[in-house]
Amino acid sequence: MATGIRDKVVILGMGCTKFGERWEAGAEELMVEAFEEAMADAGIERNQIEAAWLGSAFVNYNLGRSAVPMSVSLRLPEIPVTRVENYCASGTESFRGACYAVASGAYDIALAMGVEKLKDTGYGGLPALGSMDGPKWMTASASTAPGGFAQLASAYAAKFGVPMEDLKRAIAHVSWKSHQNGTLNPKAHLRNAVSMEQILAAPIVAYPLGLFDCCGVSDGAACAVVTTPEIARSMGKQDLVAVKALQIAVTSGSEVGHNSWDGHHFVTAASCSKKAYKEAGITNPREELSMMEVHDCFSITELVTMEDLYISERGEAWKDALEGFYDRDGKVPCQIDGGLKCFGHPIGASGLRMMYEMYNQLLGRAGQRQLANPRFGLTHNLGGRPTENVCSVGIVGRYGE
Amino acid sequence: MIGITSFGGYIPRLRLSRKSVFQHIGWLNPATGAVSQGERSMCNWDEDSITMAVAAARDCLVGKDKGGVDGVYLASTTLPFSDRLGAGVVATALNLRDDIHTADITSSQRSGISALIAGLRAVKSGEGKNVLVAAAEKREARCGTNYEMLFGDGAASVLLGDEDVVAEFKGSYSVSHDFVDHYRGQNEQFDHTWEERWTRDEGYAKIAPQAIKGLMAKLGITMAEVDKLIFPCLFKREHAAIAKAVGATPDKVVDNLHEVCGETGSAHPLVMLVATLEAARPGERILVAGYGQGSEALYFQVTDRIQGLARRTGIHGSLANKEATDNYIKYLAFRSLIPTDLGGRAEVAHPTALSILWRDRKMILGLVGGKCQKCGTPQFPKADVCVNPECNAVYTQVDYEFAEEPAIVKTFTGDMLAASIDPPNIYGLIQFEAGGRFMADFTDCRLAEVKVGMPMRMTFRKHLDDKGRGFTGYFWKAAPRV
Repeated sequence: MATGIRDKVVILGMGCTKFGERWEAGAEELMVEAFEEAMADAGIERNQIEAAWLGSAFVNYNLGRSAVPMSVSLRLPEIPVTRVENYCASGTESFRGACYAVASGAYDIALAMGVEKLKDTGYGGLPALGSMDGPKWMTASASTAPGGFAQLASAYAAKFGVPMEDLKRAIAHVSWKSHQNGTLNPKAHLRNAVSMEQILAAPIVAYPLGLFDCCGVSDGAACAVVTTPEIARSMGKQDLVAVKALQIAVTSGSEVGHNSWDGHHFVTAASCSKKAYKEAGITNPREELSMMEVHDCFSITELVTMEDLYISERGEAWKDALEGFYDRDGKVPCQIDGGLKCFGHPIGASGLRMMYEMYNQLLGRAGQRQLANPRFGLTHNLGGRPTENVCSVGIVGRYGE
Repeated sequence: MIGITSFGGYIPRLRLSRKSVFQHIGWLNPATGAVSQGERSMCNWDEDSITMAVAAARDCLVGKDKGGVDGVYLASTTLPFSDRLGAGVVATALNLRDDIHTADITSSQRSGISALIAGLRAVKSGEGKNVLVAAAEKREARCGTNYEMLFGDGAASVLLGDEDVVAEFKGSYSVSHDFVDHYRGQNEQFDHTWEERWTRDEGYAKIAPQAIKGLMAKLGITMAEVDKLIFPCLFKREHAAIAKAVGATPDKVVDNLHEVCGETGSAHPLVMLVATLEAARPGERILVAGYGQGSEALYFQVTDRIQGLARRTGIHGSLANKEATDNYIKYLAFRSLIPTDLGGRAEVAHPTALSILWRDRKMILGLVGGKCQKCGTPQFPKADVCVNPECNAVYTQVDYEFAEEPAIVKTFTGDMLAASIDPPNIYGLIQFEAGGRFMADFTDCRLAEVKVGMPMRMTFRKHLDDKGRGFTGYFWKAAPRV
């Protein structure tokens, strides 16, 4: 009988670069930067790492294929290194690989790295896909990420009869809150506060999403070293941040191919979060979660995700958002570090960046944005499009609690 | 009895005001003011001769048994491939049988009428039972010329056979001359033309009457036995003069659609013929002629069967479904007549894997999906494992055509970031009323009119222009149901 991952693995150390337009650095340099911080935090030498995972999404302009660029950049001594890619969940997949390696007893100490170098394409937004990205090109619409996720809004408004003006205000509040939080984070890409008026008056990127409804495109890397609670204790670590749940859910293709879905939420997230709560032993997430870092690639993504995480009722997330339920001083603060919106979204790094904030909050190291006595923190990634995607949910908390 | 058993037409929805053309570039050639009345049809950026031919042929096949079609002739001088059969693309898009005769008839403005004669001869010989003829044209003209004003884009299609004939074929007559009033050299974008006065006096005025009179003599009829006379002519005054020369009173002469459409090249005799058939009464006698390197004329008599034809959009319906524009620059940009910048996103290479195109031809070109025989769920694409989460049966699917299935908008957006010559790029989840859905580009619509639940129909369009390799990729898009 499987028992899940709860309290089997703890985080020994973490590192995260400043996210942003890192014109001076390539993916190799970004990885070293995150790695050095994590190693210092963990208090170990590189030869103590027994296995490593790398998450990166794009191949072009980034690191290329395979785990070789990471092993070479970090000078890892002929150990197993594996590159994983699962859209925007790539960072969390990397973390999952390292955690499972430790939990299985195969290795004592494992490394998870996530990195993305996006600012070498020569134009804004994510790199455009071409036919070399797969045969689907021959029938795929000439879409972009904002256009893919924007459709959640048209479907959500239609499903729940919410006037588009109200929905626009609710998602504007989502971005407003993340900008407020971003001002408190020295590593965030965007550290400026913006007003609701600015957000609502911004030019449209993909109807109904305006500029401030979309997260930026950033370079960055984040890294975690994981081990067992016993080993961490033997190394003298006192406060241990333990993994409570790690779940991934990938679409079966029913959303895009079967008429049973109304386009207003994520089928994968609704299933993934349920499994994660069960694994972590959480029965009432609205009451038990202290904080969340969710995949706010677009404001509407964050909004509907609140329903798929069973924190807001169906059709009610827009009201919760407007009432400040997810603000830093709200009941369940979300995107305390600024989120993808302001911390930034170097795809492969994002899952680990979220974990980095949870880790720092649980250890009381979050500086100006420190929450009072957080217990459970949730991370969430959503890769792909609402129609076809990968969802990951991670839950962390103090070991033994 | 053999003849036309069905007909259909297609004129693109966009109509460019000729006045706006004149306002923008009339300074270059003030004489173009003389032909600047009304509007000309103009392809959307994702249309070409093949997509228009498919649209006209679908219209023609309304209420007909597609499975019976055993031949396709495609006529055009503006096919996107010099060496890839256009009729083959059309037949695949229509999901016709494989064991049929297909051919392109091209290289002359007369090719539309030549295809009609070829099709009738095939039926007459007994080699073809149901031959589909489609003609389409999207001609380019240099900016500031009369031709830019005179040309239009459009297509027409007829089905020929010996059962349920709606217009009986009585006979044809041909004359061939290597009369070169214009030509377009291989790989040239534009025509090279000779002086209009010579074209008019030595060409139209002499050659068209030769064919029309020749046909009447051959059949032993006079103009008294012609109710409608159809022949395209670029020059309005000459059009009337030729009619007079062959003895037709003005009431018999079918309008050449200059004011509402423009001349659609090799398709134009068929466009005018289809427009005439749409309003024809049983017994009506029609003489239609095409012109170019000679002339060919045919004589038809409408039968009672015409009243039993299913409703279709046709030329009149297409003309009524219009979006007028005075944006001449957009016309130039849509046709790549001026260089435009679509951003770095547009520079990504899109080579087409021809082996995939062949393997998935029914899916890509024919919009054929699957239907699970166990749970009955229609789905796109067809898959080995059923998409219905309650079913997931393996190897249970049979072909299922989505092209004619009514659909609605389930989700949508208008994307300003996506590379598009006509931003925002509008797309969304299209849901078929009888089951099945997929993410589709929308076309022929404006963002402001799109709503969740809006009725849509599928239309065959260009999906990509791979300029680096000279390849045009096609797929299906959703357009508002009119």
